[in-house]
Amino acid sequence: MLRFLGQRLLLMIPTVVVPLVLVFLLLRLAPGDPAAQILGDQATPEQVATLRAEMGLDLPLPVQFVLWTKNVVTLKLGTSFFFKQPVVDLLPQYALVTLQTALAALFLAVALGSLLGVIAAINRDTIIDRGLVGIAVLGISLPEFWLALLLIFLFAVTLKWFPVSGYIPPTDGLLASAATIALPALALGIRQSALITRMMRSSMLDVLGEPYIVTARAQGLPEAVVIGRYAVRTAAIPVVTVAGLSASYLLSGAVSIELIFSLPGLGKLLIDAVARRDYPVVEGAVLLIALTLAALNLVIDIIYALLDPRVRLG
Amino acid sequence: MLDAPPAPAGPWRRLLRNRTAVFALVVLAALVALALAAPYLTNAQPLRISPGIRLKPPRPQNWFGTDHLGRDMFALVLFGGRTSLLVGLVVTSIAMSVAIVLGLAAGFYRRVDLVLMRLVDGLMAFPSIVLATAAAGYLGPSVTTVIVALSIVLVAPVLRVVRGQILVLRELPMIEAARAVGVPDRRILSRYLLPAIMSPLLVQASFIFSAAVLGEAALSFIGLGVGARDVSWGSALAEARNYIQNAWWIVVFPGAALVLTILSLNLLGDALRDSLDPRLAGR
Amino acid sequence: MIAGPPILEVQNLSVALPISGRMVPVVTDLSLSIAPGEAVALVGESGCGKSMTARAIIGLPPPGAAVSGSIRLDGRELTTLAPRERRRVGGRGIGFIFQEPMTSLHPTLSIGQQMTDSLRYNLGLSARAARDRARELLARVGLPKERDLLNAYVHELSGGMRQRVMIAIAVSCDPKLIIADEPTTALDVTIQAQVLDLLIAMRAESGLAMLYISHDLEVVAEFCDRAIVMYAGDQMEAGTPVACLKTPHHPYTRGLVDAIPHAGETRARLSPIPGQVPALGFWPGGCRFQPRCPRQDQRCATRPDLAGVAHAEVRCWHPLVGDAS
Repeated sequence: MLRFLGQRLLLMIPTVVVPLVLVFLLLRLAPGDPAAQILGDQATPEQVATLRAEMGLDLPLPVQFVLWTKNVVTLKLGTSFFFKQPVVDLLPQYALVTLQTALAALFLAVALGSLLGVIAAINRDTIIDRGLVGIAVLGISLPEFWLALLLIFLFAVTLKWFPVSGYIPPTDGLLASAATIALPALALGIRQSALITRMMRSSMLDVLGEPYIVTARAQGLPEAVVIGRYAVRTAAIPVVTVAGLSASYLLSGAVSIELIFSLPGLGKLLIDAVARRDYPVVEGAVLLIALTLAALNLVIDIIYALLDPRVRLG
Repeated sequence: MLDAPPAPAGPWRRLLRNRTAVFALVVLAALVALALAAPYLTNAQPLRISPGIRLKPPRPQNWFGTDHLGRDMFALVLFGGRTSLLVGLVVTSIAMSVAIVLGLAAGFYRRVDLVLMRLVDGLMAFPSIVLATAAAGYLGPSVTTVIVALSIVLVAPVLRVVRGQILVLRELPMIEAARAVGVPDRRILSRYLLPAIMSPLLVQASFIFSAAVLGEAALSFIGLGVGARDVSWGSALAEARNYIQNAWWIVVFPGAALVLTILSLNLLGDALRDSLDPRLAGR
Repeated sequence: MIAGPPILEVQNLSVALPISGRMVPVVTDLSLSIAPGEAVALVGESGCGKSMTARAIIGLPPPGAAVSGSIRLDGRELTTLAPRERRRVGGRGIGFIFQEPMTSLHPTLSIGQQMTDSLRYNLGLSARAARDRARELLARVGLPKERDLLNAYVHELSGGMRQRVMIAIAVSCDPKLIIADEPTTALDVTIQAQVLDLLIAMRAESGLAMLYISHDLEVVAEFCDRAIVMYAGDQMEAGTPVACLKTPHHPYTRGLVDAIPHAGETRARLSPIPGQVPALGFWPGGCRFQPRCPRQDQRCATRPDLAGVAHAEVRCWHPLVGDAS
């Protein structure tokens, strides 16, 4: 088991390093001068030059890279050009919002998706199955932002069950907070849920054809046990891997969702920061996202190893 | 007396027997036709602003109504389709081509594989929007930007599939024999391996197209896609955001077109996968 | 052999499978009965329907299959039971040993979990009692006590050990009948003998009735009381295995016996049965063996009934009598 974990940790490194390096390069090589942007139109060239020197922007690129790497590793992520606050202070509050929404969406996707997938597989080729498969295909084809708009129209504007936009942190009331992320999580999660439904259905169908299911039934075990314990256990394995990928898609989708619902999250912060050439924020956000995804995938790998003892031996 | 069992139907016939596949193909053909014929079907210029007829619901003069700038929604949807479908096509072509070349190399040569796959893993683990955002920041929002950004992001999944297939096919005795006889690598790749992966590639193409259309819409929606000069379904929806309460048609029509396209492509991809799978032959 | 009503009585069992859109018969009108403590063998080549017969008896045919006929276990008709009830009755009354233990046991549940599940649901044992009994059963099938096998997984065991576990599970609820579907085919030759000996020993000590499915007539002759030879879903001959070997009455049986290679023989060539087993769904009308039979004539266009010949039952218009060919 330890060797397995070690392998996984090693594999995590490129998944964090590559995006970071890419972003570093893209930002540094992009046209536009952050110093000029910060100081505004009225700045004189000398002021801009001074600020550039202060920010280390006039050093050759490789030198900048080395300095930057050193800072990243020691978590000296700098100060936001725009907010004038240290990045490490700034990011957490935004990150929490995104995390709240994304986790709710992931939970919805996995729970609903798995359940529907199992139901569809058990009732193979019946109306229930065909209906669920049809709904799933439709769900996969729905862009999150369009779905969000429709949900707003239906639930917020017409039925008035949920607020149209805005965010209330959990510290100000759990129920109110939940109400503000309900529609966003739904919009985000439905598409992933559809993907997981299909995956689980397909996986269950494969498993239900396996000889060990016949054995379990021949032993006289109740059908609920055969399905719930014997079938789902092996069927869940590929679904767990998909859930890991889902997390990545969810973060992508979170950007447009945060825009629509005016949630002060990492996605929106990131987009704005890129537009403003606010390098420290962009880099900090990318680092945070990369680390979170890497940690999540590590958890997923551990769950995988728990479900399937065969991988523990390497 | 005894007959031999009937030969299984070829993959194309199986595909055409599948009703959803036919439906998807018909829908796609219709969409493409509409997009191509856009200039002839509407005499309205889609970007012509007519403040006098702002936010009109669907009516005989404007089948899909008008938006907040008085632009005819029907024209918007049709011309938006041109952009969206064009972007989809170009991105799919570029991404597939690059992925095939890289995938063949990675599957066949171990050293290329080691280096490349670390890069790809790093790329894939990351939310695509962020990379696209950075690209948009570099190049400024425009059709070209979108194409570049999406192509980069969508290479990875196809690359994985190609590489995976080649890794398996490489071990076939047929390939070993070819190498033993002295067939040069390039020939093995192009004459033996490439044709063998055509079927799964076709399936992938459909899904990549679908992802490209979706991706372009998402990018345009957040303002990082096609610029102000072009119109696409995503950009039409972006502006619709503020008017949902009053004008449902601004949201529904471009969105429906988008969903219809993506749905058809997904259905087609599924049908292709089912019909090209040799294991299902004879069902 | 204990006297009494048959443990298993199958009458006119027919099974059809959906293939390429049509229902294809795979077993036709099979009847057999097994007395308490008796061992009956179903013998035949691959594709003759013997496994399908077994699956139909325990009520687990492949999805979409059509099964007709009567199946009585200890006098109780199984085919009219509700699925849940049938599962229960079958689980307790019949122990099934599958051919491939690697894939027939759950890959990620421990051996102990799989064994105790059966004990807890069928016999209502508590978790602790189930584990104790599981250990007993493992010892009974000759698995070493030193290793704690209850917590082991299938992939950690060797082929022979897995099959012993399979046997342990099969006898765990004290069934009246064991159905063994080619239990040694997937094993190494040396292990085959061990597992076979185990089965014979277990049958001797508990007087279980057995339905033994195999393609090997010689193995069957070692311990089975009766043998039924199947070809293309049809029962061709039934009699004692020794008689089938020494004096086969059906041309197919004769062909099977002749085709068996023996070590040390000086025959120059093997003598297989000419022709091939017809593909599923393309079976000839009338006698199924007709196309390959050296004794066939126009009469064979009609399917023969089972008729008594010497001490056997044969489905043939031109049975071999005595040792004539």
